[in-house]
Amino acid sequence: MAAINRDDVAHLAQLAHIEMSDEELESMATELAVIVDAVKSVSEAAGADVPATSHPIPLTNVMREDVVGHVLTVEEALSGAPDAADGRFKVPAILEES
Amino acid sequence: MSNETILSFEEALEKYDPVLGFEVHVELNTKTKMFSSAPNVFGDEPNSNVNEVCLGLPGVLPVVNKKAVESSILIGLALNCKIAPHSTFARKQYFYPDTPKNFQTSQYDDPICYDGWIDIELEDGTVFHVEIERAHMEEDAGKLTHMGGATGRIQGADYSLVDYNRSGVPLVEIVTKTIEGAGSRAPELAKAYVAAIREIVKNLGVSDAKMERGNVRCDANVSLRPYGQEKFGTRTETKNVNSLRAVENAVKFEIQRHAAVLDSGVLITQETRHWHEDTKSTTSGRPKSDADDYRYFPEPDLVPIVTSAAWVEELRATLPEPPAERRKRLQADWGYTDMEFRDVVNAGLMDEIEETVTAGATAAAARKWWMGEIARRAKLADVDPAALGVSPAVVVEIEKLIASGAINDKLARKVLDGVLEGEGTPTEVVAKRGLAVVSDDGALQSAIDEALAAQPDVAEKIRGGKVQAVGAIVGGVMKVTRGQADAARVRELILKTLGVEG
Repeated sequence: MAAINRDDVAHLAQLAHIEMSDEELESMATELAVIVDAVKSVSEAAGADVPATSHPIPLTNVMREDVVGHVLTVEEALSGAPDAADGRFKVPAILEES
Repeated sequence: MSNETILSFEEALEKYDPVLGFEVHVELNTKTKMFSSAPNVFGDEPNSNVNEVCLGLPGVLPVVNKKAVESSILIGLALNCKIAPHSTFARKQYFYPDTPKNFQTSQYDDPICYDGWIDIELEDGTVFHVEIERAHMEEDAGKLTHMGGATGRIQGADYSLVDYNRSGVPLVEIVTKTIEGAGSRAPELAKAYVAAIREIVKNLGVSDAKMERGNVRCDANVSLRPYGQEKFGTRTETKNVNSLRAVENAVKFEIQRHAAVLDSGVLITQETRHWHEDTKSTTSGRPKSDADDYRYFPEPDLVPIVTSAAWVEELRATLPEPPAERRKRLQADWGYTDMEFRDVVNAGLMDEIEETVTAGATAAAARKWWMGEIARRAKLADVDPAALGVSPAVVVEIEKLIASGAINDKLARKVLDGVLEGEGTPTEVVAKRGLAVVSDDGALQSAIDEALAAQPDVAEKIRGGKVQAVGAIVGGVMKVTRGQADAARVRELILKTLGVEG
């Protein structure tokens, strides 16, 4: 089995801002370990001469010209915001007094 | 606020060897953003230059800006980097409200440019060879304004307001390898390095390069180690250093602070420091911790960038002359002394003088006008000399008028007045204001006779061989002609009138 344990999952969950119960952490640790093992077997199949694949489709250089296109109005931009003030998104203070 | 003890810079340097590293972020001046066609414009109404991609709304797809890729390659080439034949984007994941997607699209293990170098020349001519680890493409974050609290700083704020106009603006992050051996020159080197990067990207035309607008931003890494020790000390990364002077001061302060901490037997905490211009000191930001576990992975929505040799060479062919080489060439061409040239550079008048020389003035005349009369008037008007309204062509024309004897230096200043007041070209101003030198010998002769008659004792002295006394008569003639006479010609005529050899 791959070395992925309950603590690793709890750490990842914290980084990803996902709340998980103890049961979920346990079961996820088991499931992820299986997935990591599966990926490992792929790594074993590919030799050192096979470059890492970042994308499964053989497509490169999809680019656009530097021409201004679609823009939202300020009202449209803020329409989905939970809170706004002065034409800007309002968010809670991020750091406590240090 | 900071009440940290620090050692004197000299003492710190006696005990410890500083090691530096810089991450400089350059905002590109493309018309649109890195991954969306929303406009890249500074200073507009908040959230007016955004679309769904910049706001990280669900279901949107990024598309790479080709111009931004080309600008990045140009920066890499100007920094003597290798250009990766194959390069990908990656997601750098963290939660912060300036990044609405909760990840920044960046590059991780295959940056577009890598393994470069740049030679940095300090003011006294000392050269440091700085190696560039990489220059990669990424996007800028939105701008947070912290509201409430005492100082507008992040500490103690009640809430923050976010403007996403900057979200997605193309960035190139240039990362140096560790720089060893700078010693006491470390602060100067830091400043000179950032200045050189700013100059290069400005010269390439790929960035507006205004530090006060955040177009060029520096994070400075500093660590100290005892002399003779190979292993690096623990580093801190100082952010928010947004002027050349701040870069210099921040590096100096961190060296002094690290030295005091190490002296007290405590280990340096690896952390982010914030630079404060008001107190000229740094304070602790957040410690490097789990929050820096960014879990990079390849961006699935962006396919790799493949650079053909032909494309790279095509871009290389458009590279302008490097600024440092240009300076050397111009100084040699113009024959200025080191001090004269440095003054010109510091006054920001190198381009103007170059244009003036190209338009036909001598290098000496171009410097005389730009560094003298024009700079003086600009200072009075509190504008940049280049923005005063005198073009290189005006300087050339005035110089030609002087050379042809049509006007003298004194009249030339009046001609400049006329040009600045919108009366036309120098030649037109001369005609309109009647500023031409009085070259009619008849008119001059009567003025001379008048002046001699007014000062008979002086005339007698000159007749008696005291030729230097002629100045008083010349002055009288210049007064009568309101400065519009050629002083040399006047002198000649006076001596002739009095029958004295000059």
